[in-house]
Amino acid sequence: MDSGIDMNTTTQTEIEANTELAIGTSALNLWYGDFQALYDINLAIKQGVVTSMIGPSGCGKSTFLRSVNRINERLGYVIINGSIDVFGNNIYDPEVELVQVRKQVGMVFQRPNPLPTSIRENILFGHKLHNRDKKYSRDDEDEIVEESLQQVLLWDKVKDHLKRKATELSLEEQQKLCIARLLPVKPRILLMDEPCSALDPKGTAAVEELIWELRGKYSILIVTHNMAQARRASEECIFMLMGKVIEHTDTADMFVTPQHQETADYIEGRYG
Amino acid sequence: MASTGIIENQFLETELNVSAKRTETLFKILFMFMAGLLILPVLIILTTLVVKGSSMISFEFLFGNPTNGMTEGGIFPALLGTVWLVGVALVISVPVGVAAAVYLSEYAPDNWFTRAINLAIINLAGVPSIVHALFGVGAFVIFFGFGTSILAASMTLAVMTLPVVIVATRESLQAVPHAFREACWNMGATRWQTIRRVVLPNSVSGILTGVILEVSRTTGETAPIMFTGAAFFIPVLPESVFDQTMALSLHLFVVSTQVPHVPEALPYGVALVLISMVLLMNSASIALRMHLRGKKKW
Ligand SMILES: Nc1ncnc2c1ncn2[C@@H]1O[C@H](COP(=O)(O)OP(=O)(O)OP(=O)(O)O)[C@@H](O)[C@H]1O
Ligand SMILES: [Mg+2]
Repeated sequence: MDSGIDMNTTTQTEIEANTELAIGTSALNLWYGDFQALYDINLAIKQGVVTSMIGPSGCGKSTFLRSVNRINERLGYVIINGSIDVFGNNIYDPEVELVQVRKQVGMVFQRPNPLPTSIRENILFGHKLHNRDKKYSRDDEDEIVEESLQQVLLWDKVKDHLKRKATELSLEEQQKLCIARLLPVKPRILLMDEPCSALDPKGTAAVEELIWELRGKYSILIVTHNMAQARRASEECIFMLMGKVIEHTDTADMFVTPQHQETADYIEGRYG
Repeated sequence: MASTGIIENQFLETELNVSAKRTETLFKILFMFMAGLLILPVLIILTTLVVKGSSMISFEFLFGNPTNGMTEGGIFPALLGTVWLVGVALVISVPVGVAAAVYLSEYAPDNWFTRAINLAIINLAGVPSIVHALFGVGAFVIFFGFGTSILAASMTLAVMTLPVVIVATRESLQAVPHAFREACWNMGATRWQTIRRVVLPNSVSGILTGVILEVSRTTGETAPIMFTGAAFFIPVLPESVFDQTMALSLHLFVVSTQVPHVPEALPYGVALVLISMVLLMNSASIALRMHLRGKKKW
């Protein structure tokens, strides 16, 4: 009976809080050549919150993520219309510099992909890239390395062998390192595409704990196939199906009282 | 532990197993024989050259001038000429080839232009060396006006090796996992920064190896240099790239077929030097590869 009023109030607050949004999209459509992968996506993803994105394989989760840091455009045949605002700025504006977008929007992949250099060099890679015009002493750099590794709960484990090859770490540690190396560039959004799917249960738990730890400091959007993970490690949840957003609410609400039949079916495991 | 009945072990071999095993052995031996056959020509060539040619090898042979209508003396002008020709060809083809490969591997979108380049590479690799020679005469000797010179001959060699340098380089670049590039791009690195800091450092071993192997191949080429810059006999050493020169491969051809009364061992001696140069470069390339692979970073 009061669902109508509810709807109204949410849209009202959403409009007011628009610039407070980490990611806001309106009428976002995306094609891979002839194939439309995203249909009319209107999302309002809040700052400082962990938002999870769930949905069956092929529904466009990665596609959405990859359009938020504009990595999709590399493929010449991708067509995008509509807009994506990051902190209120349209990142598809022709004047926008790609490098600046990438600095603010970091991405973590399914398979950990540390660079084949030392742990230390991995952390400093982005930092050095974006501070070529400034001089940093070794002490400054050490501090950056320590701070980043502290934040991802990896410092104690690796502090004595920062010169070791990053690729020799365990997968869990590699994934943490991949998150850590984004931090010196001071991103505000972290996109994570199934960050735990290559990890064992223990590693998964450790990375989830880390994500929960980073909540508030960064706006985190995490794609997952693991319903339990979405439930444990996110505050808001987006359900997608065949390129469309079906539902976007508090995680707790979504798993207890889904508003759509499709959501309910998916949560209960009626389609993969 | 006397058993009362005979219980047949169910894992014993059957007729069928036996016949399969026999065929297996047969094919293994056959394939091994074919692979072993490969060593034969190499062994025969090398032993023949060593047996018949090693008596020629001496300081005067390596560092002296040919005398008496090329039937006596040394081969130094030809040796030095080959080093010149290969060296200059290298200086031309490596930068061009590597740059082209980097473009094709790292920048090129999939469009008609890229496909045209790929087609050109494949076809260039299939052009017979004598055709390259005629092209070299037309393009470098006559059109660009270099005359018959080291420059014209080296450019002809460079054009000939270019496709292989490009392919070898591109393969090494492609061997660098794509995930490394994505990691860089996502931290805001430009393409060039990614190539410079991650792709090239991790593919340099493959590129070097491929390039050296290609270069060693040009050492023996005769046709492309014959009309463009190499001469039968020149008593003076080249002083610049605009001079003509002698070359080992051509010299070998000349002393074995064109000059009368050459002592039998002389051509073998020349061939031995030529093949030693090639083998030396190949071993250097293999050694380099092993050295760099030991330091491989992933
Ligand atoms: N590079 C591409 N070229 C063409 N089609 C693509 C490309 N990438 C993805 N697609 C298509 O777009 C759709 C959405 O793909 P996407 O990878 O975003 O799905 P996803 O939700 O991430 O799936 P998964 O859970 O399996 O990772 C799929 O149908 C896929 O086949
Ligand atoms: Mg995906």
